[in-house]
Amino acid sequence: MTRVALITRVVKPALYVTAVLPFAYLTARLATGSVAGDQVKFLQHVTGDTVLACLLLTLSVTPLRRLTGWNELIRVRRLIGLTAFWYALVHFISYLVFDQSLSLMDIAADIAKHPWVLLGFAAFLMLLPLAITSTKGWIRRLGGKRWQRLHLLVYPATAAGLLHYFWLVKKDVTDPIYWLVALLVLLALRLWRRPAGRLRPVPLSQERGTR
Amino acid sequence: MLIRRAPSIKPSEITDERLYWNRREFIRTAGGGAAAALVPLGGLSSSLTSLADEDKLTPWEDVTGYNNFYEFGTDKSDPARNATHFRARPWKVDVAGEVARPAEYDIDDLLSGLTPEERVYRHRCVEGWSMVVPWLGIPLSKVIDKLQPTGKAKYVEFTTLLDPRQMPGQRQRVLDWPYVEGLRMDEARHPLTLLVTGLYGKTLPNQNGAPVRLIVPWKYGFKGGKSIVRIRFSGGRPRTTWNLAAPDEYGFYANVNPEVDHPRWSQARERRVGEFFKRKTLMFNGYAAEVGSLYTGLDLRKNY
Repeated sequence: MTRVALITRVVKPALYVTAVLPFAYLTARLATGSVAGDQVKFLQHVTGDTVLACLLLTLSVTPLRRLTGWNELIRVRRLIGLTAFWYALVHFISYLVFDQSLSLMDIAADIAKHPWVLLGFAAFLMLLPLAITSTKGWIRRLGGKRWQRLHLLVYPATAAGLLHYFWLVKKDVTDPIYWLVALLVLLALRLWRRPAGRLRPVPLSQERGTR
Repeated sequence: MLIRRAPSIKPSEITDERLYWNRREFIRTAGGGAAAALVPLGGLSSSLTSLADEDKLTPWEDVTGYNNFYEFGTDKSDPARNATHFRARPWKVDVAGEVARPAEYDIDDLLSGLTPEERVYRHRCVEGWSMVVPWLGIPLSKVIDKLQPTGKAKYVEFTTLLDPRQMPGQRQRVLDWPYVEGLRMDEARHPLTLLVTGLYGKTLPNQNGAPVRLIVPWKYGFKGGKSIVRIRFSGGRPRTTWNLAAPDEYGFYANVNPEVDHPRWSQARERRVGEFFKRKTLMFNGYAAEVGSLYTGLDLRKNY
């Protein structure tokens, strides 16, 4: 099996299944009533963690390509990024509906008053154009350079999402620190470049994959 | 207690009778062996307090499975998991400070002759969730009367056990252990303030603060120190744990107040555990008629 075949026939389907797992877990726990305490918080924590995990995974694709030389790994990045977006959407909607009962006044006041809500909102707003422009059509329309520049938004979005987490924790910041360390490692890997081994730029057609 | 103040309770605030008896039914069936212990209680205690129709009892699983008890870990499921082997007997309580007879008491001696009453209270966490819990407890005022504090006692302080071997959460310095909470004397003597030894007709589970904890229903939950080993009467205001940890976020009073927000989140509404949508938070957690007079002239924005 070629590397491309391995990625498109094995890795990608496996990732599709993995992407649904948090959702399946949530549904099962909530449906069986096995969540003690605040069920909405539970939903928000699971979806929030999933978003962070997916965003960090998308950021690990490039270092992984560098370390392994497997440039074809780029083919799974959109799937992971879109998974982050869908969970962020559920996270955001649960806030709008359950926390604020869709009251625009309350939502505006909450965002204006509480910086961590603003950060979460900002992170979501940054992910939104990335999800919209994830299609081949949009890459063509924007052109590779502009598309890539736009998608640099993933960095501030991840940072804002993580800060959003730090800020809301009452006291014990152990978990957000784990995420922060992971993010810093991924960013550090970007700074470190092997002298001879700069990554070959991937032609756009190959980057988006063909199915 | 409050039932004697019946005129101040609106008809809409009285617990629905069917609910009350269903609750009894539930305790009888779920309580199993504890049912026998309930017989004497059933006759003596009444389910008072101004509970509204929509204040349904929070199920046992939530009350005992969703706990903020950082001594056993910061996740709300940690206490139920990590407190299973906690030894709540024998238990000594050190009574100290401005008091007639400072001494170390065995918990059973300290509370002997005082009959636990059942009190159904709303319980509001500073984080924005709430429960309705049928506590079993002794009004703190009765214990205070027994201990006879001196005229210099203006405050009373409660210290939680410090034992990192039994309380794994204390191996991390999340807070400055041991946990200390305190009340003004008039708050401590208020008839609603309870030294809790049980819930749902049973002995207090370890994860809820066994063997004895404080419940002050008009204040945020963190004011109710758990697994108390020391009661100290003092002339000066006690240095309380959350207040020391984040003075701008957690005040000494910590009265439930929908108009005074936590710096990082609103306190206007709360989520009753088991529900999806939030409800309005009530002034003094709905006990304004009973406790409002304690704070006349006090700026509640400054004294949060």
